[in-house]
Amino acid sequence: MPKVVVLGEYCKSCGLCVNVCPNHVLAIGDKANLKGYYPVVVTDDTKCISCAMCAIVCPDVALEVFRKKRS
Amino acid sequence: MKKVLIKGNEAIAEAAIQAGCKMFFGYPITPSTEIVEYLAKHLPKAGGTVLQGEDEVASIYMCYGAAATGTRVMTATSSPGFSLKQEGISYLAAAELPVVIVNVNRAGPGLGGLGPAQSDYFQCTKGGGHGDYRLIVLAPSKSQELYDFTMEAFDLADKYRNPVLILADGFLGQMMEPVEIKKRQAVSLPEQDWIVDGCRGREKRKIVSYALSNEVGEAHCLKWQAKYEDITAHEQRWEEFQAEDADYLLVGYGTCGRIAKSVVLHARKQGIKLGLIRPITLWPFPEKAFASYKNKIKGIVTVELNAGQMIEDVKLAVECKMPVFLYSRQGGMMPGEQEILKFTAQVFAWPVAEEVIADGKNI
Amino acid sequence: MEKIFKRTTGLTGVPFHYCPGCTHGIIHRIIGEVLEELNIIEETIGIAPVGCAGFCLDMFSCDFVGAAHGRAQAVATGVKRSLPEKMVFTYQGDGDMTAIGMSHAIHVAARGEKITSIMVNNAVFGMTGGQMAPTTLGGQITTTSPYGRDCVLTGAPIDLPKTIATLHGAVYVASVSVDCPKNIFAAKKAIKRAFQVQQLGLGFSLVSVLSTCPTNWGLSPVDSLTWLQEKMLPIYQMGELKVPEGVQLL
Repeated sequence: MPKVVVLGEYCKSCGLCVNVCPNHVLAIGDKANLKGYYPVVVTDDTKCISCAMCAIVCPDVALEVFRKKRS
Repeated sequence: MKKVLIKGNEAIAEAAIQAGCKMFFGYPITPSTEIVEYLAKHLPKAGGTVLQGEDEVASIYMCYGAAATGTRVMTATSSPGFSLKQEGISYLAAAELPVVIVNVNRAGPGLGGLGPAQSDYFQCTKGGGHGDYRLIVLAPSKSQELYDFTMEAFDLADKYRNPVLILADGFLGQMMEPVEIKKRQAVSLPEQDWIVDGCRGREKRKIVSYALSNEVGEAHCLKWQAKYEDITAHEQRWEEFQAEDADYLLVGYGTCGRIAKSVVLHARKQGIKLGLIRPITLWPFPEKAFASYKNKIKGIVTVELNAGQMIEDVKLAVECKMPVFLYSRQGGMMPGEQEILKFTAQVFAWPVAEEVIADGKNI
Repeated sequence: MEKIFKRTTGLTGVPFHYCPGCTHGIIHRIIGEVLEELNIIEETIGIAPVGCAGFCLDMFSCDFVGAAHGRAQAVATGVKRSLPEKMVFTYQGDGDMTAIGMSHAIHVAARGEKITSIMVNNAVFGMTGGQMAPTTLGGQITTTSPYGRDCVLTGAPIDLPKTIATLHGAVYVASVSVDCPKNIFAAKKAIKRAFQVQQLGLGFSLVSVLSTCPTNWGLSPVDSLTWLQEKMLPIYQMGELKVPEGVQLL
């Protein structure tokens, strides 16, 4: 299960999440959504540390973040 | 019931308290200030709040906020302050919020004077603010009516979800007459299923006045116009005084309505069949009042404290079928009975004109 | 896996209509989270401005009233005086509050109206295409200052929170920004404290939030954040400018 889920129809490809991610996990995608924006995609989920900075800076609440349950 | 001798403005204020008004937002402006002063003293005792806004604009928008919560609310002002409130009034009409507004018409334009005038008629009945909206406008002509109409205004506002205006003038607001302090009558009113008071136990609500598309905008406009047609059909009010057999009519509202009554009495003493139609609602204008007269009356004189405003609605109501003249005073001046009678006698060439004028004692 | 970030119940899920990268959305989100965390969604009435956020009524889960341009704080006064036990907040742009709404901004603070105002400051009138506002920076190019704002002719930007903090009835005043995660957390904390102050019935609370306007600044969303950091942050007094004494803040 991925750690970052992009809610594509909310994304406006503003790039703030791409800019803030410390591990460069995100990038602007190449498939347009219904509004004509190119939603962000996760390039390498293994590098994601679930810091949620992407979701914190997203102005469209277009990201959900998951984390491995701590034992 | 006991009567009390109070100022016109105070009658308005006391009626608001009796009608269950709980919020008053206003600003001092002569000749309406006694309304906010009386309420500042007495409304808190009745569990209400009076807040003097930073200006007239703040006051009308405070009313907008209070009305949105379903609270009975009023504001009062005079002509220049009424001008300031116009955007807010347009918003109230569009958001369909019940608010009672009092305008104690003073002489204008500009800073003008403190004397009575009816120069805000157009502003009150034809708009004043932007857009195609209407206010229900009630025109009292004595202190008891200042009281009764204010009380009823709250029910009308709630019944139609529309702002209601009490249009008084600087004379009515200041004069003192005995007034019966009537209690609020129970009236069946629509359920307030639109108020905004926190969405506990229900879906969230919003109160707005914009339309995001022209199609929606037109739909809103048609809805409002349908409401105004309903009000026009059911709420026209007027008083007829010695009009049934009249050959000529005076038409006047407010202060002019009461002066005109005396003119009618004097004319009748001289054998002239003069009558009076006194509009009580200025909007909707009481066209129905003229229905039975427009084919038999020989002439009309409107008596107004302006340059000729209500006369246009009278001409429309009688379809210009007979001559309609204007007798007017302006700038705060009020007409006496003799001058109105003299003018009317002259324009209609009444045979008794000379006698009436010559012998001042008979008048 | 556990979900550690999702949309707050303080927002309805209606997509935001703002320009890509406009930080209105971040501010909406943190307000929504505060309403949810304080459990006051159903007790709250928001007042919307005229401006880009004029349609925010559909985005928050609480009741909302739309006000005329600049008049949100007067409308809020009417609402709060009628329903003193409810939570009332205004959400306004800098043009809405400091230009046409300035009289009300001063007087709600002077009177200590128990409401919370959030001002979103992007140094322009955004909705109408980027005209100069009282908060426009000296030298800033806007459509009504095409050669750059001339402070000799038109004055210098107004620091509203600093001004409001001088008024007795304003009990919590904070100047924050949403340009980076650290500042977003601080902004949310300030907003939470502002609502807390209202819950305690202490007086007026104001949070001014520096925000970007990529479209009218003519910059990319990321470059807009940089412009905010380099140009706006230095000229405003930031942080909590006024806090009530003797109160344990959240």
